[in-house]
Amino acid sequence: MIKDITIGQYFPGKSVLHRLDPRIKLLLTVLYIVMLFSASGFVGLGIGIVFLVFAFAISGIPIKMMVKGVKPILPVIIFTGILNLFFISTGNVIFSLGFIKITDDGLSTMIFMAVRIVFLICGTSLLTYTTSPIALTDAIERVLSPLRVFHFPAHEIAMMMTIALRFIPTLIEETDKIMSAQKARGADFESGSIINRAKALIPVLIPLFVSAFRRAEELALAMECRCYRGGEGRTRMKQLKTTYLDYIALAVTVLFLVLIILANIFIPI
Amino acid sequence: MSFIDIDNVKFTYTSEDDNGNVEKNEVLHGLSLSIDKGEFVAVLGHNGSGKSTLAKLLNAINLPDSGKVTVAGMDTADEDRLFDIRSNVGMVFQNPDNQIVATVVEEDVAFALENVGVEPTEIRRRVDEALKTVGMYDYREHSPSKLSGGQKQRVAIAGVLAMKPDCIVLDEPTAMLDPIGRREIMSTITELNKTGVTIVLITHYMDEAARAKRVVVMDNGDIIMDDCPKRVFSQVEKLKSLGLDVPQVTELTHELIKCGIDLPEDIIYEDECYEALYELIRNA
Repeated sequence: MIKDITIGQYFPGKSVLHRLDPRIKLLLTVLYIVMLFSASGFVGLGIGIVFLVFAFAISGIPIKMMVKGVKPILPVIIFTGILNLFFISTGNVIFSLGFIKITDDGLSTMIFMAVRIVFLICGTSLLTYTTSPIALTDAIERVLSPLRVFHFPAHEIAMMMTIALRFIPTLIEETDKIMSAQKARGADFESGSIINRAKALIPVLIPLFVSAFRRAEELALAMECRCYRGGEGRTRMKQLKTTYLDYIALAVTVLFLVLIILANIFIPI
Repeated sequence: MSFIDIDNVKFTYTSEDDNGNVEKNEVLHGLSLSIDKGEFVAVLGHNGSGKSTLAKLLNAINLPDSGKVTVAGMDTADEDRLFDIRSNVGMVFQNPDNQIVATVVEEDVAFALENVGVEPTEIRRRVDEALKTVGMYDYREHSPSKLSGGQKQRVAIAGVLAMKPDCIVLDEPTAMLDPIGRREIMSTITELNKTGVTIVLITHYMDEAARAKRVVVMDNGDIIMDDCPKRVFSQVEKLKSLGLDVPQVTELTHELIKCGIDLPEDIIYEDECYEALYELIRNA
């Protein structure tokens, strides 16, 4: 069950997208989000989708992964969809039953919002699929490092993210182990009301926390042994370099953003 | 002067319980030990005998309450030399999962070098070299979570090696590994020792200790035996009384000798035992 989570997973590869500077990729993702939210009509949204499909095509990430990433947020999409469908009362009524009125405006907003959310998730997961977590935290550290002047702990935050990412698989494995161990002792996680099921998780969470603290202590010791002393005077093996590829990617993205803005003005459907 | 000099060191753990009662537990009571450059020392002892405490003295994680520890001429109590000492004495722990920091193998190997501020190109070169030495170069872009225990431990060793230390201290590095992983680590360690790296191996496995050139046996914070493996392991009864084992083949020959069969006392390796038994049967 826990192993199905794909958000934040990295797929090693050698595609153009993999090779882009992670700082640029962060910027591109922000621009892509701006694209989706500035599109006011289906044409604009369509242009955003074309952009993403294009990006996916050159990334070499299997479409299956994209679908898998969207699955966990499906309930959210359905929920917002239903809200839009029932609460928008402008436009022509297509269907009515008692006080429930479904209008064509409601229907189109529902589709519009659903598509927007789906592609938002796909776009941001494309960032994590093509960027190793360490490159990503590296990029975040560097983007935030000017804020150090205001005593903003950029390095510390990046270090915490790295360690958190590093320990996700370890702790998931551990959770599975503890769950099996508790099941072997007769624990029941699958039946009963939601409250009972939540209560049944306590014997899983407590050993998990205890072991996480023990791990933290050992890791701190190991880091100390390896001369860790914070961000001061630290160098990095991998230097981030922007190449001509980054500028091309940036240019293409800006071009699409401009297209969307033009579409908003001239074809506002 | 030896490479590592531990001189009359006392060490006490102080713990405080919920009621604020301070409890003192003296683990080492005036321990002295010196290790020369290039040695391969195995440290044996049952749990709580002070082995790990001793290991942590060597890279200034533990500082002696009294006495002195010097590493390559540096006093471990000298805070200005702290990072010099730690880059000179690398440490590998029991659980590989809890000592790997990064999410990519090569990034983890680079971690210590980044901490001390080595130039990026130099880091790259040393990381590749260290990974090749432990035979993990092909896995450099993998995620540590997808490796086997033995491979993870080799990555941890590479992380220490990249610092080019003169000495590596391994605190039960094979305790959580399967037999294959254990073999991988032992052959890595012996190879490293051949290149001149001083090895201090803390272990529970007697057949691992038998591969060292010198075995130190600890009990209650004191060193009670310090000799070559053959001479240590031939004292089967004494080791047993300390709650320690001897290599299986030593135990076998010891029992056979007790039954009146004529065999040498100092057999500690399997092939040795095989040879001796073969001779015995052929002559019979």
